Amino acid sequence: MRYLPLTNEDRSAMLARIGAASIDDLFVDVPESARLSGPVAGLPNHATELAVERHMGALAKRNLSAGEAPFFLGCGAYRHHVPASVDHLIQRGEFLTAYTPYQPEIAQGTLQMLFEFQTQVARLYGCDVANASMYDGSTACWEAIVMARRVTRRNKAVLSAGLHPHYVSVAQTMARFTGDVLETALPTLEATTDAARLLDAIDGETSCVVVQYPDILGRIGDLSEIAARAHEKGALLIAVVTEPVALGALRAPGEMGADIVVGEGQGIGVGLQFGGPYVGLFACKERFVRQMPGRLCGETVDAEGKRGFVLTLSTREQHIRREKATSNICTNSGLCALAFSIHMTLLGEKGLRDLAMLNHGLAVKAADRLAKVPGVALINDGFFNEFTLDLGREARPVVRSLADRGILAGVSLGRLYPGVAALERGLVVAVTETSTAEDVEALAAGLEEALA
Amino acid sequence: MTINQSGWKPEMGDGNAPAGTTFTGNRGLMLEEALIFEIGDSHTTGVDLDAAPAIASRLSGLERNREIGLPGLSEPETVRHYTRLSRQNYAIDLGLFPLGSCTMKHNPRLNEKVARMAGFADLHPLQTIDTVQGALGVIHELAHWLTTLTGMPAVAMSPKAGAHGELCGLLAIRSALEARGDARSVILVPESAHGTNPATAAFCGYAVENIPATAEGRVDLAALKARLGPDVAAVMITNPNTCGLFERDMKAIADAVHDAGALVYCDGANFNAIVGRVRPGDLGVDAMHINLHKTFSTPHGGGGPGAGPVVFSEALAPYAPLPIVEKAEDGYHLVEEETAGEHHADSFGRMVAFHGQMGMFTRALAYILSHGADGLRQVSEDAVLNANYVLRSLEDVLDAPFGPSGPCMHEALFSDDGLADGFTTLDVAKGLIDEGYHPMTMYFPLVVHGAMLVEPTETESKAALDQFIGALRSVAERAKAGDEALKSAPHFAPRRRLDETAAARKPVLVWKAPEVAEAAE
Repeated sequence: MRYLPLTNEDRSAMLARIGAASIDDLFVDVPESARLSGPVAGLPNHATELAVERHMGALAKRNLSAGEAPFFLGCGAYRHHVPASVDHLIQRGEFLTAYTPYQPEIAQGTLQMLFEFQTQVARLYGCDVANASMYDGSTACWEAIVMARRVTRRNKAVLSAGLHPHYVSVAQTMARFTGDVLETALPTLEATTDAARLLDAIDGETSCVVVQYPDILGRIGDLSEIAARAHEKGALLIAVVTEPVALGALRAPGEMGADIVVGEGQGIGVGLQFGGPYVGLFACKERFVRQMPGRLCGETVDAEGKRGFVLTLSTREQHIRREKATSNICTNSGLCALAFSIHMTLLGEKGLRDLAMLNHGLAVKAADRLAKVPGVALINDGFFNEFTLDLGREARPVVRSLADRGILAGVSLGRLYPGVAALERGLVVAVTETSTAEDVEALAAGLEEALA
Repeated sequence: MTINQSGWKPEMGDGNAPAGTTFTGNRGLMLEEALIFEIGDSHTTGVDLDAAPAIASRLSGLERNREIGLPGLSEPETVRHYTRLSRQNYAIDLGLFPLGSCTMKHNPRLNEKVARMAGFADLHPLQTIDTVQGALGVIHELAHWLTTLTGMPAVAMSPKAGAHGELCGLLAIRSALEARGDARSVILVPESAHGTNPATAAFCGYAVENIPATAEGRVDLAALKARLGPDVAAVMITNPNTCGLFERDMKAIADAVHDAGALVYCDGANFNAIVGRVRPGDLGVDAMHINLHKTFSTPHGGGGPGAGPVVFSEALAPYAPLPIVEKAEDGYHLVEEETAGEHHADSFGRMVAFHGQMGMFTRALAYILSHGADGLRQVSEDAVLNANYVLRSLEDVLDAPFGPSGPCMHEALFSDDGLADGFTTLDVAKGLIDEGYHPMTMYFPLVVHGAMLVEPTETESKAALDQFIGALRSVAERAKAGDEALKSAPHFAPRRRLDETAAARKPVLVWKAPEVAEAAE
């Protein structure tokens, strides 16, 4: 087997040193009845590299990949062009095959990268500090709600109707067990967000209000008023950003008063990958730092006075605090954080802003073109690179029929909110720098045909 | 013209190496690298983009109106920055990485290649099901391997890492208990458990109590039995345990737990020691997470991403989280909230957006298919053989508290007993850095004083083990002899010992321009 260096001679010599007659002697502590006498039944034996590549290649071919079709899906996962150097650099063995940097003297590469990442995220979100990553946006969102409970000692969270339904679902799953109370609502096919509802819902028992920006339908609402009301009532504002590129064009949530900003970082540096692994971003105001979940990298000096970096404030964490930890998270999303950070360094302020305005411009043109298709109406007044169309009839079968014709048209709200009649006509369309004018024309023509 | 055809004998001079620092701060190939905030600026970019179309913006009046503060670098500068940073890291690709409990084995590059196939890498999670049949096929095929290797009937694929898998298992346990109207409040955890176990139990609302260990380093069955009662929801056990020992009484523990109406959670972090030789399902386990980034070699990436699928017994299978991939005559189906009511009405719900760590599934499946059932059996045999070889080669120089009681599994545990006064496990660890190794796991498990947990894994050759054994022996002998130089090790790493106390006392977590940082003082 190509990954196993020991030879039979090695094995014999090693057994002799150990003083064991056979390998079985090393498994004596396993009860006889639980020991298998040979390979697990019903599974194939080892395969060559070529055979495995063929097998996996055949499975890969049974998918219609985004690059093969006019493609317009978003809703929490965005297709952006990732520069070739990003994937090259994250595959350097010193990054790829390193562990969590527990031994800082020989992990400065990962640690410095994390320090840079934390700073990039904090600045992008308009916050004081950020952590070294979470699993993804949805789990970061729940961790933020839990953190708000710790900070405010209240357990009622108000969730915006515009929050990604999977994020809502994750929070509902957890809240059922933790006793947290979640006030939720369904979105409506209207131009405005549910800010008015949120302002009414915040009261003296509210721990936090959770608002997605831009929201699941692509709408953009000012967070300032919600932040002010939350603070007046002693609650925190948690902003959720599922498309990081949007913040190249839009005001940062932290600037509008958000106390905690979390989100999905996938859109920068990390490919679609059918939903994972992604990278959760987590930032907050400095005064809450000791209530944060996850790893934190901090600056310090070594014995010679040279600047260096270490994992710090680990008394919040499970390996030290055990059941009193702020979270159970251990392994996070280090390599995806690296990909995010490299792509962000390549972009820089100028590149991110240009990329954001390119996305927005293409999306505006596409929205106007698609709104001209008979029977189609644009819901949004404002949007970044994602907007919602009212198709005048159930969108889900339309999306399926367009997929049959090789067009990946967007995400039907019927997929995200099954059984909700008021939303079934909605189609969420995302337009990025990877969408061409021909793609938009193909979608327009496809919609026209499907809706005729 | 060829240079130096006959061999050039350099004039060495008779001076010593210069004292102090170089102009650059570099030392030969040991290169210093500034932060991107110090070398980049807001005008520079390493990407070329199409010009944005001229449109009137529709950003709801919320356009950015302040500088973000994100430095950019050109592409060559970017490649160099991260390449230079990478060289300050230790990694499996550089050498043996004996970090106990973390399973730092070789990461085959075939796995990276298949994960990057466009059919997997460039696939949106919300595409229509007809367009992602191959991806669902990967999940289904990997699930089949995991259930068959563990002898468990069901598996939840979506948890994102080991601790997330623990959460998944405990939520299923709590759901099952609530379904029978028997909400319980306590989880029992051995003293030697990973910190994630108690943290996870607390995260989903349980009280946590410790179970003591025997002098042999195993769960104290009598103490466990004495504590079991109507308030105990589950016992979380790591097997093989964090002392590197197989819990011989696992079946008896499981029987006692079940008799008391509770369930058995197994932390599967160490499944690599028994894969292909023991099926946890045969030992009475109800739920166990599998770290794909340990047993099945998806890369650790400097701290993730991982993946933590959870296998379930019949008792817990109905409560498994969404989504679930099922095979039918017309292809693969993805069971989400919409259709869960039909066959999965008891599912406890969704743990993540989308469907889990697809990029890790493709890698793990490629690894599993490469080994096959026979190769995986060889994996656990070689992992255990290598660990015992280390244990028996070093127990004369390092105290092995559980060495006398028999063989270890995939990792060898030593203590600081016998080191010279004032010398600690930390000194041994830092000494190993100077020898060119990543240290072993230090001070864990907590049940052994100054623990050193060494996990060589199966992907080390005998020659590599012999050299490592020689190095650890040498460092241990120095620590026993009281070699003061060890107390200031490492001497040859990119950094000397770092001041972690100062870092925590006044945390600096983001970069600030020197004038801003000073103003804040």
